[in-house]
Amino acid sequence: MSQFLQHLINMLVLGGTYALLGIGLTLIFGIMNVVNFTHGVLYTFGAYIMFIVVHQLGVNFFLALPLAVVAGWLLGAAIELTLLRPLRGSDIDTTMLVMIGAWIAMQSGALWIWGGVAKSVTTPFPEAPLVLGPVSVSWLRLFVLASAAMLIVLTYLLINKTKLGGAMRATFQDRDTASLMGVNVDLIYTSTFAIGSSLAAAAGALLGPVYVIFPQMGDLAAVKAFAIVILGGLGNITGAVIGGFILALAEELGAGYVSSGYRDAMGFLIIIAVLIFKPTGLFARSERVG
Amino acid sequence: MKAAVGILAVVALASVPLWLRDPYLMNALITTGIFIIGAMSLNLLLGFTGQLSLGHIAFFGIGAYVSALTSLGFDVGLPFGLRIVHIPWPPIAGFVLAIVVAGFCGYLVGLLSFRVRGAYFVIVTISFAEVVRLVALNWVELTQGPLALTNIPSITVGLPGLGDLTLRTKLQNYYLVLTVAVVTYLLISRLVHSHFGRSMRGLMENETLAVSVGIDVTRTLTLAAVISAGIAGAAGSLYAHYIRIIDPEVFAFINTVTMVIMVITGGKGSLAGPVVGGLIFGLLPVFLRPIMAPEAQWIAYGGVLIVILFILPRGIVPSLALRFAKPPKPIEARAPAAFTERDAKEHA
Repeated sequence: MSQFLQHLINMLVLGGTYALLGIGLTLIFGIMNVVNFTHGVLYTFGAYIMFIVVHQLGVNFFLALPLAVVAGWLLGAAIELTLLRPLRGSDIDTTMLVMIGAWIAMQSGALWIWGGVAKSVTTPFPEAPLVLGPVSVSWLRLFVLASAAMLIVLTYLLINKTKLGGAMRATFQDRDTASLMGVNVDLIYTSTFAIGSSLAAAAGALLGPVYVIFPQMGDLAAVKAFAIVILGGLGNITGAVIGGFILALAEELGAGYVSSGYRDAMGFLIIIAVLIFKPTGLFARSERVG
Repeated sequence: MKAAVGILAVVALASVPLWLRDPYLMNALITTGIFIIGAMSLNLLLGFTGQLSLGHIAFFGIGAYVSALTSLGFDVGLPFGLRIVHIPWPPIAGFVLAIVVAGFCGYLVGLLSFRVRGAYFVIVTISFAEVVRLVALNWVELTQGPLALTNIPSITVGLPGLGDLTLRTKLQNYYLVLTVAVVTYLLISRLVHSHFGRSMRGLMENETLAVSVGIDVTRTLTLAAVISAGIAGAAGSLYAHYIRIIDPEVFAFINTVTMVIMVITGGKGSLAGPVVGGLIFGLLPVFLRPIMAPEAQWIAYGGVLIVILFILPRGIVPSLALRFAKPPKPIEARAPAAFTERDAKEHA
């Protein structure tokens, strides 16, 4: 039983960052209809920003996270402006292949700049974990969970309470009508991609110090993000959050009770199973928020 | 005219070992040839049915593993106390089984493609390839996991009048790969010019209309997936028996991307496209190696993929064909009329 509780705790920490990844991708996928293969690179990018800011610039650990979010936002906006804006109106396959090209170029760039050796970030948290009865959790992981929760709430408020969020939701529902109502669709697309990218970078910046940082770390993260999006339904933020926690639970239980080698297979199996049995995602269309 | 170019190309390729003695270049040519076969099979799906399979390397890898295991033999325990013991068979049986098993996996994925399309199909195929990779990595008893399957025997072929010939040298493997590549090309060419090929194109261009004139969507897409996967499996088998060592890295996503780049650059939906794109991207590393670090090469590949999609979205071969176009044959003229118009607009 205590083992199961421990898995639940781990699930919460992992699920929070997965939810961030998923929200970012579901916004881009849902609103722009772009299969964003650079999402994983943005995750890697966020982790490296964390490393650079903490170790090479010597800035405070807690300042590094907002910096990673801003850097992710800028890189996302740059990708959207240079690669996606000229391709507006192309079919989904073309943009997908361009995104694949960008992903390969950027990941190889990371390998070129930072090398293939894994890096780790030292954190200001004490080594000794917080022990709560039968379970224990490190302070770093608690910080990760709290930060992820805060970012999720902020994104939720942004989408549901602000004018920009309203315009994004309108564009998601009907691009042409939104455009007729005075929504600047180009601006919405760039903002969406930038916001989604900054969330991926945040997830990387949070999980990077928990594990190690290396150029290919984003590949699995990207597929997990796809799994979460498919699980939660296109463009559904609440779905992405729940999907993130479901995936984390499946991984924890799979690693704990089946075989740790198949931990990373869970995301893929979920994708295949959901698409076979319930291709619209686990949540009905009416529940989609934006 | 077209046939003459084809025959000339084959003769030129067949003459390469006569004047090229460099083993490193021969090796590059052989692996390039194997990947071109894979790219041709991908083109059958991507170029003629419009379904982008980004898990194509799964079929290639399954073919490689099936062929290797068939010729090496294995002894694995299954749940409920069952055991499967397999005594080694000749590699040529592995080659056939590779096609059959990969084709069957293609059938399963093809069934899926009827339920999910577009982006979802892409993600399902990626997931399929990753699950297969993780199985190859973790089912150590069968696959040796990361320790790799080693000492895979070379292919032995029975030649009439010459007895059995084991293909060990680069020269022999070169001609084996060339033969399989030519057969694959002719097979795909026959297919796309057949009734079945017209059904595929019809579905790609206007599914509703195609269905209304009685084209069976499930049957056509599944059959295309089976043939495509089978060919990829054959390529994987050639790879296994040539390289003679297979590990789960064969399923790396980057290998699928290599094939996709070959097809897109050369020209999807054109028969010669994957061959041209494959020769370019298969041999480019050879020339880039002295001047560029491998990472820088991959940056260049990603960049080339983007640039090609921006400036030559149809790929090299169709763009050249349009530029030097003689009055096209009636069948070619009728089917892609829509895209010549679109192309004219792009060029204007």
